[in-house]
Amino acid sequence: MYTLEGKKGTYEVVIGLEVHAQMLTQSKLFCSCSTTFGKSPNQNTCPVCLALPGVLPVLNKKVAEFAVKAGFATQSTIARKSVFARKNYFYPDLPKGYQISQYELPICQHGKLTVDVEEEGSQNSGKETKTFGITRIHIEEDAGKLLHEHPEHRSSDSTWVDLNRAGVPLLEIVSEPEMRSPQDAVAYLKKLRQTLIYLGVCDGNMEEGSLRCDANVSVRLVGSKDFGTRTETKNLNSFKHIEKAIHYEATRQIEVLEEGGRIVQETRLWDPDQEKTYSMRSKEDAHDYRYFPDPDLLPLLIEESWIEEIKKSLPELPDTKKARFISDYQLTPYDADILTSLKKLADFFEACLKDYKQPKKVAAWIINEYMRLIKADETMIESTLLKPHHVSETLKLVDDGTISGSASKTVLAKIFETGLSPKEIIEKEGLAQVSDDRALEAEIDKIIANSPKEVERFKAGNDKLLGFFVGQVMKAMQGRANPGKLNELVKKKLSA
Amino acid sequence: MSLTKEQVLKIADLARLDLSEAEVEKYGSQLSSILKYVETLNQLDVSSIEPTAHAVSVATPFREDVAVQDETLEKSLRNAPDQEVPFFKVPKVL
Repeated sequence: MYTLEGKKGTYEVVIGLEVHAQMLTQSKLFCSCSTTFGKSPNQNTCPVCLALPGVLPVLNKKVAEFAVKAGFATQSTIARKSVFARKNYFYPDLPKGYQISQYELPICQHGKLTVDVEEEGSQNSGKETKTFGITRIHIEEDAGKLLHEHPEHRSSDSTWVDLNRAGVPLLEIVSEPEMRSPQDAVAYLKKLRQTLIYLGVCDGNMEEGSLRCDANVSVRLVGSKDFGTRTETKNLNSFKHIEKAIHYEATRQIEVLEEGGRIVQETRLWDPDQEKTYSMRSKEDAHDYRYFPDPDLLPLLIEESWIEEIKKSLPELPDTKKARFISDYQLTPYDADILTSLKKLADFFEACLKDYKQPKKVAAWIINEYMRLIKADETMIESTLLKPHHVSETLKLVDDGTISGSASKTVLAKIFETGLSPKEIIEKEGLAQVSDDRALEAEIDKIIANSPKEVERFKAGNDKLLGFFVGQVMKAMQGRANPGKLNELVKKKLSA
Repeated sequence: MSLTKEQVLKIADLARLDLSEAEVEKYGSQLSSILKYVETLNQLDVSSIEPTAHAVSVATPFREDVAVQDETLEKSLRNAPDQEVPFFKVPKVL
């Protein structure tokens, strides 16, 4: 258990996460503007997302579908009727003066996520399975982007507004305050991210901000039933930052309490350079959002038949896929975990098996070699020149003795660089394995002739020197000798 | 129900309005009379009625997820009080 020691006793930390996921739609939540990231400023805007007078929002159907999918994947209760509400506040990133969100009747409630948490400091590097509740999932629109310094002339006497992101659909996923360590929070977020990527609802890119996380953190003495006052920390755009920020914030709160102070309910910002959180604004006075149902939008009703249709269209989710990989392919849970960590990686693995039915060999190659080649970057899986058929072809060439196991790694690495076929690489690089007795014997004879001392010691009974001779021949032949054959012939020659 | 001066000032603050003493008095009594008028509704027993956000019982229509661009940057920026292409320009907020 993760606890922190103070003078007044042992504290535990209580964490709830609010996650905002940008949905992978073509168009915005309530208008037909494109959602493409990186367009020139204000290119993706129209009277609706600019909040010009007289416009009306029209709901994007895909958004409702995505929200229902996320609801199913988190075992939530899906509301047949949900309502859009206005959250009122003034800020230049929000042209309407309110954000359209959901408040009293969100689309999903009472969900949960089961995760494996790495237990810190445990002897057997064990993982513990925990389930964390999800309070609600609701639909809302994103705000625009403010630049406090002009990107070109660098002046900062004004604020510049880019509304491309205003109105982009978000899912806000709010957890119960059930996490008790930074590790819990990271495991929860990783699983949530993986699930959303599997569903095709969000690309999960935390750096670009398509998945954002705020952490509600409070501390209390172990055994205490009441929650302490919480703070909300924003700007957590990597798993590392989340872990560090929660630890920092819990430690800071304990210090305040031990010095007789009290925690102020406020929003704090994580500064990754200083590795500190600092106060952004106090929630005590400012926030009165005056939520009310948006008169411009009728209730969102989802028919039973549509829910059934969406349920049928759900892809296989990470847990199910992992279980299937273990039972169908006899993989270890560890290997299955890695292969299903990214959906595209799991698809790649299964594509390799199409005409090479040796899952363990393929799994070993992907985990040991392929992961290194793509640097665990999901986008590489599609863009690389190395395709699944290259893998099955190359591994077959190992099985029929054309190349050695170690040469296959070189072959695949070269295909990764060049996109040539295995045969072309083998020919070009001279990687074909030599199994021919005479060619091997010629090399063995040379080594024996050059190593009279070792031969003597071998004959005197030092069997270990067999490896020396095999190694020398291998070296001379640049690893191309068929190892089985070579071993056999070296033994024969030395005993002759 | 009559609003207190503090309540009037809070509402003004949320609406970003800077009211004079006389205006606090004037709007305070106007707001109070609106609330009093609406209070009439409290006489009704609505315990058996489902809360409704809209007078009509229709569902929101859907739009297919298709991106269309028919506005130019020039048109988007045109009506803004201040601009510096390609941005809207507003008073410094930080």
